[in-house]
Amino acid sequence: MTARGVTKAFGGVRALDSVDFEADWGEVHALLGENGAGKTTLCNILAGIYRADSGDIAVGGARRELRNPAQAIEAGIGMVHQHFRLVEPMTVAENIHLGWPETPGVVTQRALIDRTRRFMDEIGLHVDPTAKIWQLSVGEQQRVEILRVLARGARVLILDEPTAVLTAPEAEDLFKVMRSLAAAGLTVIFISHKLNEVLEVSDRLTVLRNGVREITRPSAGATAQELARLMTGEERELEVEHRVVTGEASLDLRGVSARNDRGIGALHEVDLTVRAGEIMGIAGVSGNGQTELAEVICSLRPAQSGSITLNGTDITDFSVRAIANMGVGHIPEDRIGVGMVLSAPVKDNAVLHNYWTGEFSRGVSLDRARVISFAKRLVELARVQTRSVFAAAGQLSGGNQQRLVARREALVGDRALVAAHPTRGLDVNAAQEVRATILEKRDHGCAVLMISDDLDEIMLMSDRIAVMYEGRVMGVFDAADADRERIGLLMGGHEPALAAAP
Amino acid sequence: MISAQVLALIDNAFLSLVGSAIPASTVVLLAATGAMLGERVGVLNLGQEGLIGVGAVYAVIAVLSWGITSPWLALLIGMAAAALAGLIFAVAVVVFRANQVLVGLALALGGVGLSNQLGTNRNGTPIQNTFQEVSLGGSFEDGSVLEAFLFHDPIVYLAYIAMPVALWFLLFRTRHGMNMRAVGENPAAADAVGVSVMRSRLGYTVLGAALSGAGGAYMVLSFTPTWSPDIARGRGWVALAVVIFAGWRPGWVVAGALLYGSMISLDTTAQARGWELPFFGPSDLSFFLSMLPYVVTLIAILIPAGAAKIGRRVRATAAPGALAIPYWREER
Ligand SMILES: Nc1ncnc2c1ncn2[C@@H]1O[C@H](COP(=O)(O)OP(=O)(O)OP(=O)(O)O)[C@@H](O)[C@H]1O
Ligand SMILES: [Mg+2]
Repeated sequence: MTARGVTKAFGGVRALDSVDFEADWGEVHALLGENGAGKTTLCNILAGIYRADSGDIAVGGARRELRNPAQAIEAGIGMVHQHFRLVEPMTVAENIHLGWPETPGVVTQRALIDRTRRFMDEIGLHVDPTAKIWQLSVGEQQRVEILRVLARGARVLILDEPTAVLTAPEAEDLFKVMRSLAAAGLTVIFISHKLNEVLEVSDRLTVLRNGVREITRPSAGATAQELARLMTGEERELEVEHRVVTGEASLDLRGVSARNDRGIGALHEVDLTVRAGEIMGIAGVSGNGQTELAEVICSLRPAQSGSITLNGTDITDFSVRAIANMGVGHIPEDRIGVGMVLSAPVKDNAVLHNYWTGEFSRGVSLDRARVISFAKRLVELARVQTRSVFAAAGQLSGGNQQRLVARREALVGDRALVAAHPTRGLDVNAAQEVRATILEKRDHGCAVLMISDDLDEIMLMSDRIAVMYEGRVMGVFDAADADRERIGLLMGGHEPALAAAP
Repeated sequence: MISAQVLALIDNAFLSLVGSAIPASTVVLLAATGAMLGERVGVLNLGQEGLIGVGAVYAVIAVLSWGITSPWLALLIGMAAAALAGLIFAVAVVVFRANQVLVGLALALGGVGLSNQLGTNRNGTPIQNTFQEVSLGGSFEDGSVLEAFLFHDPIVYLAYIAMPVALWFLLFRTRHGMNMRAVGENPAAADAVGVSVMRSRLGYTVLGAALSGAGGAYMVLSFTPTWSPDIARGRGWVALAVVIFAGWRPGWVVAGALLYGSMISLDTTAQARGWELPFFGPSDLSFFLSMLPYVVTLIAILIPAGAAKIGRRVRATAAPGALAIPYWREER
């Protein structure tokens, strides 16, 4: 598959500037670049979602017209989007057969399910075909997307940040699938910010920088440092000094229980203490109550029982706004659903968490000038790449949205910061910057609760580590005597004989 | 002894109610089905009231001014006129992504105004060539139970039996219907697998408008059968309520239309018999009854919402996920 001179501009801003890109049959090809470099845009053009302003694309030597997704599928190109494109109330079987000319004209659930089972056996990926999409985990949903693309006989599979939302074992499974597809002669193109996994699974890689191709080279022999430099031109080091903080609890949870969206118990009698000036890392396989923990603290989810105090004040029944007013920041897991209003301009999103305070409001009116100057400062500080602060937040690239939300919340959180996956989707440098901000917050006496399913990140950042499994805290460790193996066992629900007392 | 009398009374009232409800509900049924088709692909058309008016007035014009003698041809002309109005609406909201609520309201007001204007000289002129009742089995005594159910014109049979069955099959048993539902739920997902969002949204909005127009044409070709100003008299709004009540399912639209049609007929029956509301006068009963369809809709909406509140998902009656949301491929 080759692309020549692909150019695409959005409202005068060039996202891609005559990019050449080629991937061979049978290879796993990684696409790298800073946030906003144009990776998603390039893939969307290959998948027929965006129309290139100019440029040619050929598959297997034949030039292809890719004016809509149907033509891309016809050309054998299939894409798994960063935000899945599945119809939630429909079943897996229905989703796989959507928009497919080979689906029988008259359909019954049984026929669709039988056909789906057959593909699953052929391809070697399995999901319950009768399940509705909203009942599936993210990893399973991704498998449905991959199945759908492969069932249509795609020869080029494009994956946009597939591992950002996967747990480590799920990611390993995905890599096996990618390798076996490449071994079968397909082309697999994937985007990732995790340089280690890029080096692990890809045969070749291409680096984009500001919409221009920087280099295409074999992955063997490359190092993470080198790639980071290629992507951004410089490299940031992060010094982390772990601290042992004693003293009063700042954020304190006692016997907190809560339910998840389906009404099932997700947190059971959680006791957790975060002291001022420390980072408490929450390790665990995602889906074990971490999301609910963050939401319960910020009042986005009611606690069924137990109490939450902040600096001695009981905040269990406080409103979301009252909690924000107390200086609690929240970097949500779902930046699009909870963290921002996509249709609103960047400037409004910049003050979303405190627009009502005296800083931006006079009575009922908003102080426009202040909002704009604050937004400009935030955009500069977080290095959000945007045309202007008046552009809709939805137009930002995924990583730039994350930069905006993470920095905004870090600014709001004076006393406490609840950070769920704060660096998800960020490029190496931006991730380091957000981490540095969080450390700075800590040093100024803020109590930080950090959730991540990247154990390396937890080990790097945390002063203390709590392990969660099935809604319970399995153990709390000081960073100094945290042991990967033991934490790993606890994350899997195995209670080693010598579990430390909290 | 008392009970026998009461039963006879109820029986009679019920029969006359159903007898008048079936044809009276046909208009609501056609318009509600038309609205449901559009909403299934994510287009909310609030202009039903106007579409009924346009369908009706063009059927009247076809008969009175163009000398069309076949009611079928007049029906088709009414449908075509409403389809044209629907096409203008669809282009505005699907191609130019205008706000569906605003354009829909404009269509409702504009359609009623236009039809009243065109109908001015034709007020009250009776239409001679109406649809004739045909029996679905034998002959009956006047006013018998069977007659109320088995003696109607062909449009009633088409609307109550053929159309819902065909639409149910289309929506839930064909590949095409599955794609259609996907467009209404998540157009980005449908688009990514090669379903043309624009084509299905345009197509079904126009087809839906034609059905609503058929409802209007039916009014003047069988039900009234004459033109009068504001002919829809709120039936277009009731149709929109029926779609919600029915949870966007064709079979339930039939049930909903009958229920709502009965409520409208109840008003007429009540006036004819001089029923009164306790403590209020007879006129208040009429107000109360015309309010009833909307109260029932409110309750129908609140039940699933209440169920969700106590932690139960009532997925089947939920609105299409992308209802009234415009879609543009390159936007994010
Ligand atoms: N639909 C759109 N409308 C306006 N601007 C857009 C649109 N899509 C992309 N852009 C702009 O194009 C640039 C490249 O975005 P793209 O999503 O390709 O980045 P990316 O490399 O995928 O970044 P990330 O790592 O953050 O996901 C960004 O500046 C973005 O704001
Ligand atoms: Mg991207």
